[in-house]
Amino acid sequence: MAVTVKAEKCKGCNLCVKECPFEAITLENKIAVIGPNCTNCGVCVDVCPFDAIEKTATSMSNVDISLYRGVWVFAEQRRGELMNVSIELLGEGKKLAEQIGCELSAILCGDKVDNLVDELFEYGADKVYYANSPELATYTSDGYTKVIYQAILKYKPEIVLMGATHIGRDLGPSIAVKCGTGLTADCTKLDIDPEDKKLMQTRPAFGGNLMATIVCPGHRPQMSTVRPGVMEKAERQPGRRGELINLKVKFKEDEIRQNVLEVVKSVGEIVSLTDADIIVAGGRGVGGPEGFEVLKKLADKLGGTIASSRACVDAGWIDHSYQVGQTGTTVKPKLYIACGISGAIQHLAGMQNSGYIVAINKNESAPIFEVADYGIVGDLFKVIPAIMEALD
Amino acid sequence: MKIIVCAKQVPDTTEVKIDPVKGTLIREGVPSILNPDDANALEAALAIKDEKPGTTVNVISMGPPQAEYMLKECIAMGADHAYLLSSRAFGGADTCATSTTIAEGIKKIGDYDLIFAGRQAIDGDTAQVGPQVAQRLEIPFVTYVRKIRELKDKSIVVERQLEDGYEVIEVPLPCLLTAVKELNEPRYMNIGRILDAYEGNYITVWNENDVCLDPSECGLQASPTQVMRSFTPEPKGKGEMLSGTVTEMATALVNKLREKHVI
Amino acid sequence: MIFSEKYELIRKLAREFAEKEIPSEMQDQIDQTGEFPEELLEKIRKNGLFGIKVPKELDGQGADTLAYVIVIEEIARVSMVTSIYVSGANSLGSGPLLLAGTQEQLEKYLAPVARGEKYPCFALTEPGAGSDAGAVATTAVRDGDYYVLNGRKTFITAAPISDFAIVFAKTDVTKGSRGISTFIVDMDLPGISFGKNEDKMGIIGCPTSDIIFEDVRVHKDNLLGEENKGFTNAMKTLDYGRLGVAAQSVGVGQACLDEAIKYAKERKQFGRRLADFQAISFMIADMATELQAARELLYNGAVMKDKGDRKASMYCSMAKYYASEMCNRVAYKALQIHGGYGYIKDYRIERLYRDARINSIFEGTSQIQQMIIANNLLK
Repeated sequence: MAVTVKAEKCKGCNLCVKECPFEAITLENKIAVIGPNCTNCGVCVDVCPFDAIEKTATSMSNVDISLYRGVWVFAEQRRGELMNVSIELLGEGKKLAEQIGCELSAILCGDKVDNLVDELFEYGADKVYYANSPELATYTSDGYTKVIYQAILKYKPEIVLMGATHIGRDLGPSIAVKCGTGLTADCTKLDIDPEDKKLMQTRPAFGGNLMATIVCPGHRPQMSTVRPGVMEKAERQPGRRGELINLKVKFKEDEIRQNVLEVVKSVGEIVSLTDADIIVAGGRGVGGPEGFEVLKKLADKLGGTIASSRACVDAGWIDHSYQVGQTGTTVKPKLYIACGISGAIQHLAGMQNSGYIVAINKNESAPIFEVADYGIVGDLFKVIPAIMEALD
Repeated sequence: MKIIVCAKQVPDTTEVKIDPVKGTLIREGVPSILNPDDANALEAALAIKDEKPGTTVNVISMGPPQAEYMLKECIAMGADHAYLLSSRAFGGADTCATSTTIAEGIKKIGDYDLIFAGRQAIDGDTAQVGPQVAQRLEIPFVTYVRKIRELKDKSIVVERQLEDGYEVIEVPLPCLLTAVKELNEPRYMNIGRILDAYEGNYITVWNENDVCLDPSECGLQASPTQVMRSFTPEPKGKGEMLSGTVTEMATALVNKLREKHVI
Repeated sequence: MIFSEKYELIRKLAREFAEKEIPSEMQDQIDQTGEFPEELLEKIRKNGLFGIKVPKELDGQGADTLAYVIVIEEIARVSMVTSIYVSGANSLGSGPLLLAGTQEQLEKYLAPVARGEKYPCFALTEPGAGSDAGAVATTAVRDGDYYVLNGRKTFITAAPISDFAIVFAKTDVTKGSRGISTFIVDMDLPGISFGKNEDKMGIIGCPTSDIIFEDVRVHKDNLLGEENKGFTNAMKTLDYGRLGVAAQSVGVGQACLDEAIKYAKERKQFGRRLADFQAISFMIADMATELQAARELLYNGAVMKDKGDRKASMYCSMAKYYASEMCNRVAYKALQIHGGYGYIKDYRIERLYRDARINSIFEGTSQIQQMIIANNLLK
């Protein structure tokens, strides 16, 4: 799909030049010209008042896509435990498989993780491709790429989904190049085109300022990495069974070039306020130092950190390093939950550019509600536990 | 040592705002910058150069002619030379096609012991080009490198960041490493080097012919994935006061945040 | 002014450096304690910012005056006091050496300044010779291979922390300004002592004190330039210092404008943002316009100086005069927009207001600049 300008229709109005997110369009002799920066996002097609820009299909593949069948999910395990995202992908994969009318399979790599095979069946896999070998105990780019690539060559799935984890985003690109196919990173939505059954992959781009729906029309498999926590988990059906296919695994010496010397698991490293994606902040309404314990629990659960308004720092309830606002730190997390903070301008100055702001306050006329995306009037000591419960 | 750093010029997406009325991106006045992770990649290379005299650091990028500005910045930070792959034929490339072009560019530069790339670029956030370049060059790679523990004669020991910790990995040279911001603190440009960058000949521009690629092997034509449509996410809209019992409000909140993928 | 791209990169470097290395907590801490962090000085040294205009052969960056004022402007925008350390080494400290230094003196004193190993200060002002610089009373009497210095210098910026001083002293007391010579004086020589650290209103964190010379023996090799020709040397150097202050004024003025705009957009009164009141928005328009005018004068002065224009001194004075007065007006208005909050230390504008005040005083008061400009026009 290439974006082209129909010169006879272009009026040189400059609208597309201004709207292009990638600065790819310039005016030459009062006609828009698409430059090499173009990503074919199509924003210009929509803004052009004269229908002078169009998107045309290009096809250059000689792959026989009809040979490919079935949806695969990479079952990512660490230390013998299935990652949550894999269960989410089984849930999503099932929906896609049903819409296409095909089977859902999981591909599992590991060393003696047989117990996970049954778990995968119970989470909805019709087939499990299982590569069982000591070399696969921990993830390596080379080891996993080889095994999965060979399985794809042999069994030809039409869709391969992986979690957009640090492992999935290492493995995905590597396999995609070997297969000579495309890969869409960090998808937040997947759909099947009802007409031709192709996978429509939607993902945020441009720092989350733009969403793009991406297709891979001429190559197979269609591969995506999917953001963890976005898709709904598959429901476990105890006793459900499917077909197990054992993959042959054989490595030559030094074929796996990444030598993992050590795997270190760390627990809850301290995040700095400016780096935190999620902040749970407390104000005078938390009532004392113990109040922050409640906030901390919610922050831990969300994978975020706590912060405070100046009032609490002045009262000695919490250290200054936690203070958000004019005289503290300015933060811009994805989510800012203000608990018992009235919202003085000095505080707002430090957090009003957060992605989403949730305000919890007893006083319904508190100024914090003016900047909040979601407001809850109530006692934070009742509301927070209720939120924790709702999260489970 | 011979080191190559992959860099990209990107719009500073943190400066992008959405027009609240039209719901479109306001692109005006958003500066183009050296991709932040790539600055970490360059710093890693320059730190090795500081340690091992005689090391050369070459930067390679694909982009429009204006990307020379970003490459000047790399020279001003201390890189020896930069190569810009620039041609209309490269336009519309997805990561698959981009990695082909960059890999060919690297082959043309020649011999190397180490390649650094940033983990991902902030305009696309794919994190794919680094490992794909390595795969095309048939060299091993490690992504999400947060620390270099030891550079040996024939291998390098690094820490690879995971969501729940890290791994210590040894890979043979030559290899490709992708850098995360925890790896280091990129240095500043040097005023004297800025002047050099504008006085000397430090940047070479190559097109598809220079790297021996047929136009069908690069850009849009060689991209398996295609953008079907783009749209701005729904605007946040005005704030909403939740109502009901505490449990109802809490449930509603969690559902809404999940819907928006905030949690 | 439309710049070539390299100046934009230099600006980018200076801005990134200032914003990242001098965070607001550090600015507050410097202002509260008066202590300037050694690690920040170290970073300035490491990045070669003490030798912007020093030639590359002497380990400097080899840049011009325009590059220098851009760096000072960007640093002052974040921290005025930090910019004083940077400008001190680049203008007053190294200027006389660049103008008149022998190869040996350059290698011994200037190259270490550029590398950040030595810090200079500029000792001209005396209790009885402020604006009237020709009235210097410190004496230097020849005694064999040495000059013996006696006298007192006052309000010397960075005196207690410097390694050497550029000292102006009378070698011929029978003459006025034509009897002044310049000396490079190592601060560890016997007979040198310092007055108390002045308790200043603003630019806190840069120690300012008197230097007292009692029979200090300075070797004749450390005479800078010819005997009795020191005054011209001083005056030429002051041009750079004045451009430095103009740059600081523009930087601080920009910071005031930034704060005013931010506050006017945040603060609501009578149900509207302050920015929506015409009285406030027009104030901001005036501030921005004056600021831009000062900036153009500054860059013009720097380019004139680099070109060696005959009237460069006058343009430097104009830039210093206008920019420093502008800075005070803009700081006043920015604080006014903040209302009561602007008067308390929680808001950055409070410090900016105090820092702004010195600009129309040091490196020649506004009145001295007027005199210079007028003399140029009326002679």
